Amino acid sequence: MRVLVAMSGGVDSSVAAALLVEQGHEVVGATLKLWGGPSDSGCCSVADVEDARRVAQQLGIAHHVFNLTEEFDRLVVAPYVGEHARGRTPNPCIECNRSVKFDRLLHRADRLGFDRLATGHHARVHGAPAALRLRRGADPAKDQSYVLSMLGQDALSRVVFPVGDMTKDEVRATARRLGLRTAGKPDSQDVCFIGSAEGRQGFLSRRVELHPAEVVDGGGRPAGSVDAVELVTVGQRRGMGHGTDGKRRYVTHVDVAARRVTVGSAAEVLRSSVVLAGSSLTWVDRPLAAGARAVAQVSAHGRPVPCTVLLQPDNAAEVVFDDPQRPVAPGQTVALYDVLDPDAVVGAGIAA
Amino acid sequence: MVVNTLTYLDHAATTPLRPEVAAAMAAVHDAGAGALGNPTGSHPAAQRARRLLEEARDEVAAFLGRDPGEVVFTSGGTESANLAVSGPAEAARHDRGEAVLLYSAVEHPAVREAARAAAKVGLHTFELPVDAAGIVDPDVLARTLSARVTSVSVMTANNETGVLQPLPDLIETVRRRAPHAYVFTDAVQAAPFVDLVEATAGADLVSLSAHKLGGPVGVGALAIAPRVVLEPRQYGGGQERERRSGTQDVAGAVGLAAALRLVAAERATAGPRVAARRDRLRDGLLRAVEGAHRTVPASAAAGVLPGHLHLCVPGVEREELLVALGEQGVCVSGGSSCASGALQPSHVLAAMGIAPELAAGAVRFSLGYGTTDDDIDRALAVVPAVVAALRRGG
Repeated sequence: MRVLVAMSGGVDSSVAAALLVEQGHEVVGATLKLWGGPSDSGCCSVADVEDARRVAQQLGIAHHVFNLTEEFDRLVVAPYVGEHARGRTPNPCIECNRSVKFDRLLHRADRLGFDRLATGHHARVHGAPAALRLRRGADPAKDQSYVLSMLGQDALSRVVFPVGDMTKDEVRATARRLGLRTAGKPDSQDVCFIGSAEGRQGFLSRRVELHPAEVVDGGGRPAGSVDAVELVTVGQRRGMGHGTDGKRRYVTHVDVAARRVTVGSAAEVLRSSVVLAGSSLTWVDRPLAAGARAVAQVSAHGRPVPCTVLLQPDNAAEVVFDDPQRPVAPGQTVALYDVLDPDAVVGAGIAA
Repeated sequence: MVVNTLTYLDHAATTPLRPEVAAAMAAVHDAGAGALGNPTGSHPAAQRARRLLEEARDEVAAFLGRDPGEVVFTSGGTESANLAVSGPAEAARHDRGEAVLLYSAVEHPAVREAARAAAKVGLHTFELPVDAAGIVDPDVLARTLSARVTSVSVMTANNETGVLQPLPDLIETVRRRAPHAYVFTDAVQAAPFVDLVEATAGADLVSLSAHKLGGPVGVGALAIAPRVVLEPRQYGGGQERERRSGTQDVAGAVGLAAALRLVAAERATAGPRVAARRDRLRDGLLRAVEGAHRTVPASAAAGVLPGHLHLCVPGVEREELLVALGEQGVCVSGGSSCASGALQPSHVLAAMGIAPELAAGAVRFSLGYGTTDDDIDRALAVVPAVVAALRRGG
C-alpha cells in the first residue's frame, strides 16, 4: 500500500511510520503546520516538525510539511472561540480530527494517490468493508477512540492506526529498539494552540470580550463572582468555593447573557440525561434503534457509564444515564459505545 | 514512486556549484600553493590570503562597475540586505534621531523583515505598492518621497516572478526628489542574467549572493557607495573597512569571483538560450494545462528574467502540486517557506493583487545555465499529467 503518515513529531506517530515501513509499505510522512501563533506544546512547533523530519530521514522516507493554518484557524480555532463566547465548552481536538486531519488531510492523501492515511492514534479499526468498527486502543490508559468517535465508514475505510494494538510502553520500547529520537519524548498535553504562559483565559481574552459574572446559589442568593463567565463550565468545581454547609459547590448553570453562574451541591449538580443535538449526531455504522442500550463516555478519559439512547423527533438523541452523572457541558462530545462490545464506538454527538 | 533522475527547475532557489568554481576554491587551500593565513596578518601566509581576497574583490567590483573599495564581502544575500537596510537606518537614528525607510511591497524577506525590525525600534517604514505586474511606478515613488527619506529599497528583479523593476527611472526619481536618500537594490536574483554595471548604475547599495549563480552557499557581497554612512551590523576586528567585522572567507570570496567571471563571460549566450527553453516550457504548459494562468501579464511592459516562469494553476493546491511533481522527480518551487518548512502565502502575489484562489495554485519554474532541452521535455510530459491527476482527485 501507499500510505501517508501524519507525523506530529511525537513517539506514537514516529512508531506508526516505522511499523508501516517495516511492513513493506510505500510510506511518506507529512507534518501539519496548524498554528502560526505562539505555542509551546502539541503539534504546532518548529521543534516538533524537526523531530518528525529527522525520524522520516532515519526511516528513509520522504517528508513534507503541509500548511493548514488557514483551515485550522477557520475550522477549529474560530469555532472554539465562538463556542466559548456563547458559554459553551468545545473540544478543539475532536474538531481538528473531524475537519482537518480526517477531512482536509484525508482528501489531500486521496488526491496524491495514497491508499491510506495513517496516524499515531491509539484506536483500532476492525471488521468487514461497510461494517467497519472503531474500537478502543489496546492501552486503556491511552485509548483515543473518544476523540475519533465521529468518524464514519468512509473515513474508517481509508485510515490505519498502526499503534492501536500496542500499549504505550510497547510503543516506546519499539521506538527505542529502532533508535528513534522521539522514544523518550513526553506525551503532548492540553490544547496545542494555547501556550501554557497565557493559558485559556489569556488566549480567549485577546479574541473575545470576557465578562465578569455574579455567582448565585439555587435560591438566587449571592455566592461570589467570577472574572470571565465565558470560561465557566457546567459541572465545574474549581473556584466555586463552599456552601454554607461547608460542602463543595459545583456549577449547575451558566447564563452568559445575564452574566450569571448558578452553583449547587454535589447532589444538585447531578443530571439524569444529556441531549445530543440532532445536527451533531454521527454513527460509525448504522443508527442505534430507539431505546437501545449503550455505554456513554463524556470526556477523553472519562469513565464509561451505561445508558439508554432515546431518539427524539427532530433527530436529536437523549442519552439517559442509568445512574445520575455530573453534567455534560454544552459543546462537549458524548461518545457512545456498544453495550455488547464495549470497546466499539457506535456513534457520537455534541451536548446541546 | 520516487524517480532517480531529477529534473531540476528550481535554479532561482539555488543553482549547482560550477566545477570551475569548486576547482578555484580548492586551489586556495591546496597545500602545494603554500599556507593560507588570516588576511589581516602580516606574514607571507597572511599576505597570500590578502592577495587572493583583494583579487576577488577586484573581480566583484568589475562585475558591478564599482570601485573595489566599495565591495564588502558578507555571508550571503540576507546579510547583505540586512546591512543595506539596517546599517544606514541605524546611522541616521544616531545622527538625527529618526530614519524613514521605503521599500517595495515585493522585496525579499531579508529586506522586509529588516525594515520591520527597524519599525519595532520606532523608525518609520513605508511599503511602496506595485502594479499588477509587481512593478513600482516611478510616479507613485515620486509622490511618496520627501527630504526625510533615508533609503529606498527596490530589488533589481523579483525572486518569485523574475520581473525586472524600472530601476534607472526609479533611481532618477529618487535623485530628483530626495537627493540625500540612498537607493539599495537587491540584485541577488538578477545577477546571473543581467548586466549590473548598467542596470544598477547610480544605486548606492547593491547586494549579491554567490549560490544563485554557480558559486558557494554562504558567500555574498554588498557594494556600498562612498557617500553612504552606515552603522555595521556586526562588531569586532574592523575588517572590510570597519563595515563588516569577522575573518574573511577567502575561499568563499574566490568562489564568488570565479562564478561571476563565468557569468560575465557566458551571459550573452546563456540568456537567449535559457529564455528560449523557458518560452518553450511556458507555451507548452499554457497549451497542455487547462486554465493555467500567467502570473505576470504577457502585456506587462516589464521584462522578466530569462529563467523565470511563474504560473497559477487553478484547481490544484500548490503544496499538493509540489509533492506530486517531486514524486515524479520534477523539482520546482511554490513560494517561500517558514521556519517549519511549511509554504507561506506569497506577499509578492498578494501585492500584485492576485486573488487568493489563484495564488493557491502558484508554482515557479526557474531555469539555470545548465537546464537542457531534455529537462523541458520531461517537465512538459510530467506537469500536465500530474495536474490532471490532482484535479481528478487522485
